[in-house]
Amino acid sequence: MRHLLRRSGFYLVALWASITLNFLIPRLVPGNPAQVLIARLQGRIDPRAEHAMEVAFGISHASLWKQYIDYLSNLVHGDLGISVTYFPTPVATVIGQNLPWTLALVGTAIVISFVGGTLLGIIVAWRRGSRLDAILPPMLTFLSAIPYFWLALIMLYFLGFVLNWFPLSGGYDLSIAPGWTPDFLLSAVQHALLPAITIVVSSIAGWQLGMRNAMMTTLSEDYVLMAQAKGLSERRVMLTYAARNAILPNITGFALSLGFVVGGALLTEIVFSYPGIGFALLQAVQNSDYALLQGIFLIIAIAVLGANFLADLIYVALDPRVREERS
Amino acid sequence: MQLNKLKARAETAQVMSQLVLPKDDIPASDITIAGNTQRELQRESRWRAVANWLAVNPKVAFGLGIVGFFVLVTILGPIVIQHNPNAFSSDVLQPPSVRHWLGTTQTGQDVFAQVVVGTRVSVLLGFGAGFLATVVSVVIGLAAGYFGGLVDDMLSLFINIFLVIPALPLAVVLAAYFPFRGPLPVAIIVTMTGWAWGARVLRAQTLSMRRREFVQAACASGENTFRIIFAEILPNEIAIVAAGLVGTVIYAILAQVGLEFLGLGDVTIISWGTMFYWAQNNEALLLGAWWWFLAPGCCVALLGAGLAFINFGIDELANPRLRRERRVGPRR
Repeated sequence: MRHLLRRSGFYLVALWASITLNFLIPRLVPGNPAQVLIARLQGRIDPRAEHAMEVAFGISHASLWKQYIDYLSNLVHGDLGISVTYFPTPVATVIGQNLPWTLALVGTAIVISFVGGTLLGIIVAWRRGSRLDAILPPMLTFLSAIPYFWLALIMLYFLGFVLNWFPLSGGYDLSIAPGWTPDFLLSAVQHALLPAITIVVSSIAGWQLGMRNAMMTTLSEDYVLMAQAKGLSERRVMLTYAARNAILPNITGFALSLGFVVGGALLTEIVFSYPGIGFALLQAVQNSDYALLQGIFLIIAIAVLGANFLADLIYVALDPRVREERS
Repeated sequence: MQLNKLKARAETAQVMSQLVLPKDDIPASDITIAGNTQRELQRESRWRAVANWLAVNPKVAFGLGIVGFFVLVTILGPIVIQHNPNAFSSDVLQPPSVRHWLGTTQTGQDVFAQVVVGTRVSVLLGFGAGFLATVVSVVIGLAAGYFGGLVDDMLSLFINIFLVIPALPLAVVLAAYFPFRGPLPVAIIVTMTGWAWGARVLRAQTLSMRRREFVQAACASGENTFRIIFAEILPNEIAIVAAGLVGTVIYAILAQVGLEFLGLGDVTIISWGTMFYWAQNNEALLLGAWWWFLAPGCCVALLGAGLAFINFGIDELANPRLRRERRVGPRR
C-alpha cells in the first residue's frame, strides 16, 4: 500500500510538472510567436475566448503567479483555448474527436507488440545458441533502428500503392456513415491494419531484446536447473519458472519506453493521414496552432502517465516482494 | 571447438587490457631503431588482437564498419559532390538511372547528391546532440548517486519525470516555440529530451559504486569531491557511459529526423530529415516516387542498426551471461 501511495504521489508530481512545463514554455520564449497569432485573430473571436488564449500563451500584464492560477483554473474546467486550424472549435473538442482513434489504434498496437515481443524474447532465450537466436535479434535490431514513419511510407507504398491490398489514407471509408454498424467497423479495421502493423514491427524489437536479456539471467539460476532435474515439462520450466521471474524487468521496460513508442506512433498516423492525435499534431505544427499543440502535448502526457501507472499496478500484482511491504 | 572459443575469449581479455594500458612507457632516451621496431611490433600485435576480437564479435565488427562508413561520408561527402545538390534541373522525377544513381526529385534535384551532402548535417547533429545529452546524464546521474539523501531524492524525481513525459511531443512543442529554426535548436531540444535514460542507469551504478573500498579510501584521504566523482568513479563506469552514448545517439538521430519530417527544422538545409519533409509535402508516394524517400530512410536505418550492434557488443562485455559462446544451464 505504501508503495502504491508513493507511486501515486510520483505520478501526481509528474503530471504537475507536465502542466507547468506547458505553462512555462511559451512564457520563456522571447518574442512570443503566439502574440502574432492573436493579433491576427483580433475581432474574429469574442473577447472571452481572446482572454482565454492570452492566458494560455502568457500574453498578459498580470503577475506570473496570477497567470498560473488562471491557467490552472481554465485547465480544470477543460478549457484549452480555441484551435486556429479548426476555427472556432475549442481545442478540447478537436482532441476529443481525435483521441478515440489514437487510443484504439496505438493502444491495441502497443499491447500486441508488447505481448508478442515478450513471447518472442522467451522463445529466443530458451533456444539460445540456435539458428533462431542468431537471426532474430539482429534482424529485429535493424527494424528497431528504422524511423517509424519511414517504415510506414515503405509499407504504404508497397502494400497500399503498388499491391493495392490496403486503403491509402484515412481512418474509414468516407462513403460509409460513422456509427456502430458492421460496415463502418469493418472499414475502420481495414484502415487501421497497416498503421498497426507498422507500429508493431517497429516497436517489437525493444520488448523482445529486453525479455531475452532478462530470461538469460534467470535461465542460469539454480531453481531453473532444479525444475529441469525434477523432470518437469519444458514448457512448464520455460513459462512458469524462467519467464515468470524474468517478466518483471520487462514490465518496467514497458513503462519506460512507452513515451518513445507513442511518439513514433504519432508520426505513423501522419503518414497514413489517420484521423488521430498525430494528424492533429501535424495540422497544429503547419498552422502554428499553438493552443492545439499544447493541448495535444498535455493529453499525450496524461495518457502516457496513466499507462505508466497501470503498469505499476500490474507490477505490484505480479511481484510479491512489493506487496509484502504492506505488513 | 570449445577450446577455440576459450582461446578467443582469452584474447579478448588481452585486447581489452592492451586497449586500456598505455604502452608509451619506454623512456625517451631509449628511442633507437631497436626501440622503434619493438614499438612497431607491439602496435602490430595490438592491431592483430583488435582484429581477433572483432572476428569473435561479428556484430560489433559489422556495427563499427557501418558507423565508420558514415563518418567517412560525413567528412568526404561534400568534397566529392561538387555541384549544388539543391540545383534544379529538367530531369524531373526520374527513377534511378546511370545518370542519377538514386533518381531525382520533383524539381529535378539529384537524390544521390542530396543524401551524400545531407549525411553531414544528420550525422554531426546526431553525434553532437547525443554527446551533449550524455554529458548532462553523466553530471546528473553521478551527482545523484554520489551525494545521496535529499540531493538524490530531488535529482531522481527530476530524472524520472523526464523519463515518463513523452519526449517527442515535448520536443515538438519546444521546437514550435523556438525563436528560430535550424540544426542548433534541434540539437538543443534533442539534448533536453534525451538525457534522462542514461542518467537513471548511471545513478544506479554510482549508488553501488560509492560504497566500494576505493571510493571510501579516496574520501578518507581527503580528496575533493569533484575529483572523487570524475576521476575515481567515472572511469569505472566508462562501459555504461559508452553504451548510454551509443543509445542516445540513436535517439538523437531518430528524434532529429522526426522533427525535421514535421517541418520543425530548417527546411532549406539539406539533411535526411528535410528530404523526408519535401518528399512528404510533394506527395512523393502518390507520384510513385519511391526513390525519393528510400535512400535517406535506408541511411537512418543502417546507421541506427550499426550503432545498436556496437551496443550489443558493449552489453556482452559488461554482462557475460549474454555472450553466445557461454553455455550454462538448460539447453535444447
